Amino acid sequence: MNRRVATALSPLILALAVTGGARAAPKVEDTMAQRVLACTGCHGPEGRAASDGYYPRIAGKPAGYLYNQLVSFRDGRRQYTLMANLLAPLTDDYLRDIAAHFAQLELPYPPPPRATAGADVLARGETLVTKGDAGLDVPACIQCHGAALMGVAPSVPALIGMPRDYLNAQLGAWRTGGRHAMSPDCMAEVAKKLAQSDIAAISQWLGAQAVPAGAKPATALPAPLPLPCGGVPGSPK
Amino acid sequence: MMRAWLGCVIVVLIAVSAVLVALIAWLNLRGEDAVAGTEPDLAAPELIARGAYLARAGNCMGCHTARGGVAYAGGRGVPTPFGTVVAPNLTPDAEHGLGRWNAAEFWRALHNGRSRDGRLLYPAFPYPNYTRVTRADSDALFAYLRSLPPSSRANDAHTLRFPFDRQAALAVWRALYFRPAQPGNDASRSAEWNRGAYLVEGLGHCNACHAGRNALGATTSPLDLAGGLIPVQNWYAPSLASKLEAGVADWSDAHVVELLKTGVSARGAVMGPMGEVVSGSTQHLNDADLRAMAVYLKALPPPAEEAAILAALAASAASAAAAASAASAPAAGLVSRSAAGAKVYDQHCAACHGDEGEGVPGIYPALAASRAVTLPTPANLVHIVLEGGFPPVTAGNPRPYGMPPFATVLSNDEVAQLLTHIRGSWGNEAGAVSAFDVTKYRASGAR
Repeated sequence: MNRRVATALSPLILALAVTGGARAAPKVEDTMAQRVLACTGCHGPEGRAASDGYYPRIAGKPAGYLYNQLVSFRDGRRQYTLMANLLAPLTDDYLRDIAAHFAQLELPYPPPPRATAGADVLARGETLVTKGDAGLDVPACIQCHGAALMGVAPSVPALIGMPRDYLNAQLGAWRTGGRHAMSPDCMAEVAKKLAQSDIAAISQWLGAQAVPAGAKPATALPAPLPLPCGGVPGSPK
Repeated sequence: MMRAWLGCVIVVLIAVSAVLVALIAWLNLRGEDAVAGTEPDLAAPELIARGAYLARAGNCMGCHTARGGVAYAGGRGVPTPFGTVVAPNLTPDAEHGLGRWNAAEFWRALHNGRSRDGRLLYPAFPYPNYTRVTRADSDALFAYLRSLPPSSRANDAHTLRFPFDRQAALAVWRALYFRPAQPGNDASRSAEWNRGAYLVEGLGHCNACHAGRNALGATTSPLDLAGGLIPVQNWYAPSLASKLEAGVADWSDAHVVELLKTGVSARGAVMGPMGEVVSGSTQHLNDADLRAMAVYLKALPPPAEEAAILAALAASAASAAAAASAASAPAAGLVSRSAAGAKVYDQHCAACHGDEGEGVPGIYPALAASRAVTLPTPANLVHIVLEGGFPPVTAGNPRPYGMPPFATVLSNDEVAQLLTHIRGSWGNEAGAVSAFDVTKYRASGAR
């Protein structure tokens, strides 16, 4: 019986239940996947991102990055009431387990949506991502997030395979002080040097990049970080 | 003639005011000893260790630590209907913490609700309970707090509305509702019961949540555990005396201990603000103290109307069963039904909580015949559906299973239909939930 039929018949089924017709008990597995159903309700099945274009993909992101974000939501560096309430009763150890669970998932990415901006905007986005802007003293995204933009284990996240709206909102939040990372907060420094139009250009270009099959975070930084980042182990101080 | 009469009235009014002021002043000073007594050896390791344990029993850190902040350095706001009271820095910093305090001054704060500089303290700091703590335990707590690494975090000012921001208003409140007390000792009860009473009524300050408050925010007595809506947070802390709510009179001691130690037990699980209590306080207490609390809670006198309500419920269940066996139609006794709610339940809830609300023991709470479902207010159910949650992580439940928030998935109408369905199914007989109820509690989500 499919779900729709079951739903249509539910008043009848409930009536049967009262008279003693028993149905199967819920199937529960002793796994992390079962435990983190609390996360995948918003972040999509297995953490592949939700269809609404806002809740980001968490599957396959570096474990250290995910852990830092979980701790930041719990402790107030990142602001989102639902996340803060959900994580309040959880310890560092358990947050590390949850981060490790999502980090080890290797799941295919859906094709990216088409960009909605014009060619000049996309060109500006690509330049900022791959070359930076020496005039603004802004490093290229690839200097920290890896040449493939898939992030660098353990703490630098991927920038492709993310919803455009989410990227836009996060860069905007860093720029206006709504999102913080561990001090020194390198992303805040970078975002504050960018104009709103630069952020839109970066999000447009990144949001339209396809993730190659089997792409994973890089295992090491291509070169030392261009500026100190509190959340990255071994970062210059 | 007229002038003389008016003069008389004025003199009488002045005299009455003077007497009232003197009375309030006296009521605020009664039971207050001179700040004195031998100072304990603050460096004694066993005293510090005992203080650390007692600080857990009182969950001092719960309020005196900001989210993500330095432990005991203060900064968490306690929201009240009169404004927000911010818990101060308790580390030994000389300027912002307890660095210049002595043990007698600390005792006066705990026992009389008066700060080192003589100012009256707001009862958001639960000294109406802590007044029952012994001087020896107060000294141990002080020794522990003085052993912490000092933090120079400056204290934030309270943000209370006029007139509640005035010491005079606080003096009137205290004259009405605060009386210093000693730890009780009921010779007719066991030592275990007395220890439980000491923990529950004193440091545990259970009635700070588990009792109703009057219009001025006062609970009636530390012995009252009849349940109440936590102001502003709007979670309902159920009665610990009533079998209809969260009373444990018919639980085994072991189940009560298990619940307080791990957050889950065969008889129920904790959630919401009580998760914070288990996480910060009770999971750290030893089994003997938890058992003492169980003995005390199990012996709480049931509310007068409980027996009559239980009898009526049993009769209603019997007639529902009779009606169900007579005809294969839904039983008549069910008070609230929602076909739309049943649909929402099947789609979003049944996979974990079971098709008939049976749950999975120790993992997903049963919703069938559940006291948590049929509480007089649906406040907690609304919070849980909208915000989801995890039980607290404890040594006994280190990797708990979570529930997703549905705030972004279900409309107020759908939540109301769902809860109406749950409150009227599988042996539950509680009133319907309206979209208005959901709206009311949706706004008070942040903890």
